[in-house]
Amino acid sequence: MTLLENPLRKTALALATAAAASMTFSVQAAEVEVLHWWTSGGEARAANVLKELMEAEGYGWEDFAVAGGGGETAMTVLKSRAMSGNPPSAAQIKGPEIQEWGELGLLGELDEVAGAEGWDELLPPTVADVMRHNGSYVAVPVNVHRVNWLWANPQVLEAAGVEMPTTLDELFAAGEAIREAGFIPLAHGGQAWQDATVFESVLLASGGTEFYQQAMVELDPEALGSERMIEALETFKRLRELMDADMSGRDWNIATSMVIEGSAGMQLMGDWAKGEFTAAGLTAGEEYLCAAAPGTQDAFTFNIDSLAMFRVEGEEREAQQALARLVLEPTFQEAFNLAKGSIPARPDLDMNGFDACAQQSMDDFQRTAEEGGLVPSMAHGMAVRADVQGAIFDVVTNYFNSRDMAAEEAARRMVNAAQAAL
Amino acid sequence: MSLTRSAARPTAGSAARRSHSGLLQAWLPKLVLAPSAAISLFFVYGFMLWTFILSLTNSRMLPSYEFVGFAQYARLMANDRWWVASTNLVVFGGLFVAICLALGLVLAILLDQRIRQEGALRTIYLYPMALSFIVTGVVWKWLLNPGLGIQAMVRSWGFENFRFDWLVDPDMAVYTLVIAAVWQASGFVMALFLAGLRGIDDSILKAAQLDGASLPRIYWRVVIPCLRPVVFSAVMILSHIAIKSFDLVVALTGGGPGYASDLPATFMYAHAFTRAQIGLGSASAMLMLGGVLAILIPYLYSELRSRRHG
Repeated sequence: MTLLENPLRKTALALATAAAASMTFSVQAAEVEVLHWWTSGGEARAANVLKELMEAEGYGWEDFAVAGGGGETAMTVLKSRAMSGNPPSAAQIKGPEIQEWGELGLLGELDEVAGAEGWDELLPPTVADVMRHNGSYVAVPVNVHRVNWLWANPQVLEAAGVEMPTTLDELFAAGEAIREAGFIPLAHGGQAWQDATVFESVLLASGGTEFYQQAMVELDPEALGSERMIEALETFKRLRELMDADMSGRDWNIATSMVIEGSAGMQLMGDWAKGEFTAAGLTAGEEYLCAAAPGTQDAFTFNIDSLAMFRVEGEEREAQQALARLVLEPTFQEAFNLAKGSIPARPDLDMNGFDACAQQSMDDFQRTAEEGGLVPSMAHGMAVRADVQGAIFDVVTNYFNSRDMAAEEAARRMVNAAQAAL
Repeated sequence: MSLTRSAARPTAGSAARRSHSGLLQAWLPKLVLAPSAAISLFFVYGFMLWTFILSLTNSRMLPSYEFVGFAQYARLMANDRWWVASTNLVVFGGLFVAICLALGLVLAILLDQRIRQEGALRTIYLYPMALSFIVTGVVWKWLLNPGLGIQAMVRSWGFENFRFDWLVDPDMAVYTLVIAAVWQASGFVMALFLAGLRGIDDSILKAAQLDGASLPRIYWRVVIPCLRPVVFSAVMILSHIAIKSFDLVVALTGGGPGYASDLPATFMYAHAFTRAQIGLGSASAMLMLGGVLAILIPYLYSELRSRRHG
């Protein structure tokens, strides 16, 4: 019996110590716990800037980084934390998911900070809408990625004797010329989200922003089943002719490196691709080219990372409000976005330190915000809920990879997908 | 049992103390086993029950308890991707189990011919089993990639028209899963069969030879029927590998092209965890469980019964 008692006593002691330790920990407070997946080199450094800013103001920062899977793992961790009634102070949540968390009543409002800092004037209304739930700010934008980009290798274009295409027709013509010159015209990776990324740019080019808004954001069944949609699907499928046969399952950064190496001419991908070009030591506008995806010069599909704030009390809330304020301040916005390849979420920043592509992105961001071409990206979870997005992905990728599915059938399935999810 | 019996017989010392320790010894095994039994009851059967309950609700991102009857099952039945995944499982599972058994048996019989270096050969065949399916998947992904692997190699030898592009062909992608899985598991089946072959009594074989049976006939009528229990174990192990296959799909094809090589496990994961459809995901998990039980229970029943009687 004494044999048993000893370890028991030790365990009890250890438990008591642990409990005491965790109690002192929570008393210390004035600390924010931030769940995010900015774990790659540049991103981690950028997140560290935020930590230092918080510490300079006397708040603690408890890092809760969960690596892997484009945030899938982090979301699983977040769900289990939220279910056990112990959510972090802030978490990297974006797009319509903010609304889902808001509906569960788990998010805290930021109206005080937003009012004091004038977020309503600072943020474009389309962006502000994403950050609000029931009219109150519950999240703060960290950066803006543009999805409708075309990247190109100037040497390949030169060898084929073509310019950067600005319309879909020019894209097909340039593609033919590039193929004849002996290169792969369009680098692509056959994964559902990449198929959807290309598809939404084609849809935007052939249908226009208003149609895109109706089909991909409002999920209007008439628009989804319309002639225009069928036309866009057919054009999208034709793009396959410009891609190589081995693309199935290829990662996006491998496709980007094909453009960097010069085995492929162009790639349709969001501006995170710039990170790959930069890492290869290339200069924007000279050694690699960027332009709006052909036919979408007046549109900007945004993919915005944001930090949503959970409902917390007392000192933690105070620290959380400070975090929200600091995230939108120029110091962090500049440092973070220089590292991430995206642009700041506030259009009033000086863009001198940024490269040519980012500057163009910012110009287009401001212009489309005023003229109405600023639309959320469906492929990156900004437009519709995850389940609808998944159902649309299934249709798009199945159609793109199938030999015999007609565009009419794909459009019909898309209508079904949108309705099943309502 | 012998422990408790001997403890119940006091031989010396205080009777009260003895009976205390006797009681303790009688209860100790149960006490020690109780936590693991409780844990498996809770975490296996409890969670099965919970999954079933969730499959009857409209749970999306987080579990909710708003019951909607069998609506999630109806949605699942109307889902094209689910049917692709289920059909793939039948094709993949059937071929995988059949080919592994056939190949394993042939390898075992060949290896059983008292050849030199048998130990080394056995190890070589058995080694793939030591790898994770992720490693197998990645290696075969490279081998089967038309631009990098076998096709590119054969073409570089001058056979310009050689085609082996199953990995990027939506109709054939599921067979690449079979290739990789068979490569991984057939050596293990061979080891099982080899052990079975070694266990067969030589005198039976000699009797058959004396009766003038030819070698193929001996194998077909005598040896293989003797291996029936091994086939039983092999089928059990292989079919559970087939049904839970997830990592292989993720590493080899990623479910693609499109979702042509999806399996129920990857379908379930995608819906329950990344698409915020816990209800639908749970329904698919319950159907997977149903499928497993529908195949295994009759097989288990017939095998165990015939063994008891035979």
